[in-house]
This record gives sequence, C-alpha cells and structure tokens, in this order.
Amino acid sequence: MKFTPIANGYSIPLDSVPALGWPDFAACLADGVRRGQRVSAYFGAAGARPDSTKLYAILADDEANQTFAGLTEVEGGSFPSLTGEITQLHLFEREIAEQFGLVPVGHPWLKPVRSVRSWTKRDAWQRKAGEPLVPGGCDFFKVEGDEVHEVAVGPVHAGVIEPGHFRFQCHGEEVYHLEIALGYQHRGIEAALLGGPDRRSLHYMETLAGDTTIGHATSYCQIAEALAKCQKTARAQVIRAIGLELERLANHIGDLGALAGDVGYLPTSSFCGRIRGDYLNLTALLCGNRFGRGLLRPGGVGFDVDEARVAEFRRRLAIFKKETYNAIGLLWENQSVMARFEDTGRISKAIALELGLVGPAARASGLACDARCTQPSGIFRFAQIPMSVQDSGDVFARAFVRWLEIQKSIDFIQEQLAVIPAAMPQPLLGPLAPDSLALSINEGWRGEICHVAITDSNGRLARYKVVDPSFHNWAGLAYALRNQEISDFPLCNKSFNLSYCGHDL
Amino acid sequence: MIINLIVHFCLLILMPPLLLGIINKVKALFAGRRGPPLLQAYFDIGKLLRKGMVISRSTTWVFMAGPVVTLAAVFCAGTLIPLGRFAAPISFTGDLVLFAYLFGLARFFTTSAALDTGSAFEGMGAAREVTFAVLSEPALFLVFFVFVRLSGSLSLGEMLHLAPAGYVSGAVAPLVLVAIGLFIIMLAETCRIPVDDPNTHLELTMIHEVMVLDHSGPLLGIALYAAAMKLFVLSSLLLHVLQPFKSGLAWLDWLIFAGGMMVIAGTIGVVESVMARLRMNHVPHLLVAAIILCGAAFVLLVR
Repeated sequence: MKFTPIANGYSIPLDSVPALGWPDFAACLADGVRRGQRVSAYFGAAGARPDSTKLYAILADDEANQTFAGLTEVEGGSFPSLTGEITQLHLFEREIAEQFGLVPVGHPWLKPVRSVRSWTKRDAWQRKAGEPLVPGGCDFFKVEGDEVHEVAVGPVHAGVIEPGHFRFQCHGEEVYHLEIALGYQHRGIEAALLGGPDRRSLHYMETLAGDTTIGHATSYCQIAEALAKCQKTARAQVIRAIGLELERLANHIGDLGALAGDVGYLPTSSFCGRIRGDYLNLTALLCGNRFGRGLLRPGGVGFDVDEARVAEFRRRLAIFKKETYNAIGLLWENQSVMARFEDTGRISKAIALELGLVGPAARASGLACDARCTQPSGIFRFAQIPMSVQDSGDVFARAFVRWLEIQKSIDFIQEQLAVIPAAMPQPLLGPLAPDSLALSINEGWRGEICHVAITDSNGRLARYKVVDPSFHNWAGLAYALRNQEISDFPLCNKSFNLSYCGHDL
Repeated sequence: MIINLIVHFCLLILMPPLLLGIINKVKALFAGRRGPPLLQAYFDIGKLLRKGMVISRSTTWVFMAGPVVTLAAVFCAGTLIPLGRFAAPISFTGDLVLFAYLFGLARFFTTSAALDTGSAFEGMGAAREVTFAVLSEPALFLVFFVFVRLSGSLSLGEMLHLAPAGYVSGAVAPLVLVAIGLFIIMLAETCRIPVDDPNTHLELTMIHEVMVLDHSGPLLGIALYAAAMKLFVLSSLLLHVLQPFKSGLAWLDWLIFAGGMMVIAGTIGVVESVMARLRMNHVPHLLVAAIILCGAAFVLLVR
C-alpha cells in the first residue's frame, strides 16, 4: 500500500485516499522520510465512528516535485508514536495529543503545544475539566549540577514582539539546552473555520500571522479555488505573486536591518527600517493596505492595477532597489559584523533534515527546498525564481540567503510587471466540492505554508489544517542555541525570526 | 585659583550628560537620522528624578545603595583627576591608587545591587562586569606606570601634567600605545560598543544596562548620571595623553579642555557607528590587547 499522490493546489475525492492499516501507514511514512521526503502536515480529524480518529499525513518530495496524502484511522485513546524514528513528527504528535486527546505512546517529550482543551472528551494528560491551563505551565527539561543555572525569559519580552517563554539551562555563558513554550497567542482559528467557508474565513487567514498575510491568504484562496474547481485569470496570478514577493522583500529587509541592530551596527539597521516601510507602501499601492489585506480573494484578486499604477510602481521600485543594495551592501563589507554572524548558531544539513526545517533556515543549511521551485503553484509554474542556498548553516548563511532572495524577488517583480497579462473578467467562486481533500503549499517569506482542507457531504469545511513554517522551525532555533553563548540568543532568534501567532493559531 | 576650582566642579557636575548627547548625535548622523536633541540626556535624567520608584520586595538596602555609592565614588574620582592643564582639587602622593579603586568601589556596589535583586539577568550582567574588570584594571595600572616612569611622581596631578618637552624625548611611541590602550579601557569601562551596546533592549546581551534593569525613577536617573560622569572622568584622563599643550590663558585652556572632551565623545560616536559589537567571548581578547599595548609602552620606557 502507498500514499496517494495529490497535486499541489488541487483537490481529490476523499474516497481516493484509502485508509491504511497502522503498520502500512507507519512504514510508508518512515520510508518516505528515509528517501528525503518532508512531512508537511500530520494531523487528526474526526473518525467515522465516535471512538475513532483519522490521522492524515502530507509528504512533500522536493526532488520529484510531488506531494502525497496518507490516511489511517486509530481506535481508542492512543496511537504509537513515530517520533523516535521520524524526529520531525515530534511537534505534530504533541498537537494531535492536545487536539484529540490521543496519547502518542512512546513520545519522548510529551507536553502540550498550546495549552488548550482538546476537541474531544479525552485528555492526553488526564487533566480535570476545571483545571486551569496556562501556557508554559508544565515542567521544563532541567540540567542538574552545582554550576548550572537556569535563565527564564518571557513571556513578556524587552522588545515589542509577541509573547513566548524561553527556558535556558546554562553553564556560565554557555547554553546547554533551550526549551521554548508557546501558546500565549492561541485564538482557535482552526476550530473557527469549521463549517465554513463564510465571510469571516478569509479574514481569519489574513490575520493568522500578520506578517504573512499574503502568504496564508494565497494558500487559502488556492484551497477554495481547488474545491470549487475555479479557474483564475493569469493576471490575478501575477498580481498575487507580486504581492507575495513584496511581502518577502519587506520582511527580509526588515530582518537584515534587525540583525544589524542586534549586533549594534547602526547604518544598516536604520536604513533597512525605513526601506522596509517603502516596500510595505508598495503593497499599499496595489491594494490600499500595507500588509496586503484585501489584495486576494478566492477566485482572483480584490484590486486590479491600471497602467498608471504600474508605471508608478516601477518608478518607485527602481529607486528602492538602489537604496536596498546600498544599505545591505554595507553589512557584508563590515568585518566586525561578519565576525558576529559567522559560526554563530550553526545547524548542520543532517540536523536540518532531521528536524524538517523549511524556508530560509533550511536553505541556509544546504537543503534545496523552496516551494516556489520544488512545489510550484500559480504563476511560479511558468516563471520561476532561482533557489538560493548556502551551506554553512549559521547566522551568516541565514542572513545571506535572505539577501540573495531579496535580489531575485526584486528582479522577478520587475520582469512580471513588464509582461503583466491583459485583464479578463474574474470568475465567481461556486459551491465547494463535497467529500474532498484539497492541498495548497506555498513559499511564504518564512518558509513553506501548508494548508489542507477536508469537506463534508454538504461541501462545508469539516477540517482545515494550517501549518505555518514556524511550526517546523521553532525546534531549529532551540537546537541552534546548543553550546552557544547565551548572549548570542537574540541574534540567533532574529536570524530565524519565527512567528508566535502563526504557531499558536 | 578659586575660579579654576569652581570651573572644575561645574564641568564635572554639568558636562557629563552632554558627552552622551554628542555620542548619540554622531551615531544618528551616521545612521541617516536626525537623532535626539543634544541635551536629551539632561531631560532624561531630570524626568527620572521626578518620577516614583518601584522597588522589589526581595531587595534590601544594598539595592538602594548601588547607584548612590557609585555616583559618590565616581564623583570623588573626579575630584582627584586634574582637568586639562589645571590642578586637581585634591592631590597627594599615591592618589592614583585611590583613583583606580574608587572605580572598584563603584563596581562593587553596582554589582552587589544587581545581585541583590536575585534576577538571573542581573546576575549574568554582574558576572560579565567583574570578569572584564579583572582585565581592564591591570591595563589601567600599566597606564599609570608609564606616567609614573615619565614624570617620576606618584601623584595624578604631577604625572599627568607632563611638559610637552617630555613628549619629544623618546616618549612618543609609548604615549601612542598608551593612548590606544586607554581608549580601549575607556570603551570597556563605560560599556560602549564594541564591548557593550548601551542602546540595546536585549537583556541577554547587556552588561551595564542589565545591572540597572530593576532600578527605576530617581535611582535609575542616578545610575545614568553616574555612568555619564564615569565617561567624563575617563575621557579627561585620555585627554591628558592626547593634548599636553598649555596656552597660559586660563579661559582658553578651559575652552581647549571642553573642546577636547567633545572631540573624544565624537570619536566614540564614530567608533560606535562604524563597527558592530564584539561577541561576548571575544571581549577579553580586546582587553588583553589593551594590557599588551600599555605593557609594551612601559617596557619601551624601562628598557
């Protein structure tokens, strides 16, 4: 038995995904990962019988440009953990345990992910109904010893960022272990989408992770279009891709500026802060909102562009391009900055592969995974952006991958604006296909965004799974800190720049 | 004479925050920003002194004494050091040892107040502060040895007031080395880039700022003011090496002194703008370099 191939951005009938027996399912999963496939999603859904739970797995094969869906159904309140064999499943299994009250038997570090109640009557930790659940309220991994000390940071941070709790086990300045507790931003988005789509659904997606508005909205729109069998216009696809790349530009430039700020290098820090705003304003030129809210809607785009707007856009972009090159060029020329970036927070290719990292963090460690190239959808099927890969896996590599991507994104936008397809009437979205499974994978600026939707017999959403790239990468940050100086934590953290709310949903 | 004493105390009390203003202005210019007003540090300290305080229940009198004793110690050090070409208010043989250990006293109370809070951050900051002090203190004494050797005196007033003639007779090379070493010591002692970043908000990377993290209101204002005064006192020490000339006119000499201090502040601003801070475990390398520079200067003189 094998997993079922499913094309990115398409839907298939649910009955074409056969439920495998557990041994087959586990063997297929292990076999796929052994051959270099990544687990893009692994989640539970209500089973056919009251006491059973369906487990879906989505595998992405970056070399063969294919994606596969697997399904199994488990009975009762537990299932065997595969984390020992497939490390990248560790957080997915904890999430299943939390959402469905299923105990992954043999999981090495079974803790809640977001500290929320399960969707079923079961609870994997046998907590009582009235017991208050506090994020970060569990025991943390502890290192014992006379000279070992513990440093707790957060959930309230010194910078104006999101809440998360970090627990360091240190020996002097050296970090032995870092454990990260999240869940403070949980809003219940997956549960709120059930029974949809309705008028709120798109807005949930746009605010799921505020800095990835276009990324998540693109995936959601693709899911809706796949289920409604809706053919969007080429022009809409180009505008979406431009929006996605603008989001990448603004965030990557902001990140490089913040990295410069963290090592106390002022010129790049100040210039990038301003230039990031310039790119956000370009997004506002397209749709009136700096973060791209309202730019996308299922079936196409919410705003078309006219010739005058394109001309203005190109004029501004040419100026910003020059300023971007100047500001960021300073960074690579400065020896003291490079001394801080190089060899800090190193993650080897093997570890990146084992943890299932995605996005710039994975490419910095030498993994060739970029959904725009390896799982292309939309306009990226026709116009590809070359993949940027480094192999040192340190803060420098993560910063330099961003810089390479900035250059390529600017070129891509300029090319696409020159050949933007003619306007055509946009299709209206019809009803969604019943009893179907739809998959959408996109490369947001932080990495792979994976959305999976399952519809019921009425064509309403029976399960909607969102996997933000941060969900894969938080473990990478914790690993990067091993045997590093604790004073380098802010720098490592910024080089990943992960989303708290994207993880907490 | 009396007028010079009054000017000495006026400058010591009033000028330190201006140096911070100059540094921040230079940094802003490099970053393409307008930057805060030149007098912002005065406004900040004034604002803090008028605020209330939040004091943790786990602290004792040591926490309150930290900034106060630090300011008093730095102020006393400021009375021992001659400013420009004028005599210091207090001067006696061997005052250089008192000068160095007044900073030691300040450090003891700052770090004790930090440890008194029981916070993990402040403990780390205190550990870093004393670790780096172990290296900067011998470097400072080597600087003094060079001057003692050159002047034959053990009093700060006499040894720092070398005649320009003393400079030409084979002492130029040692004094250049001492100037560089002293500049590094000053950056480390006053927690400037590349050793520490006074502007960072990241408590895990801080040295000095993290030790005053729990101080608020007037205590924080005093801590800020004491840090500025320390910068002033150490800068005036460096200025003696860089500017040995004397015009003979009191008002002109005071102007030259004030101008020299501003130039040093501007130089610190430039250094902070063009380089990133060092990785924490590389800071000792920089301080060892300062020891080697000052030690080499001393060896050149006694060879």
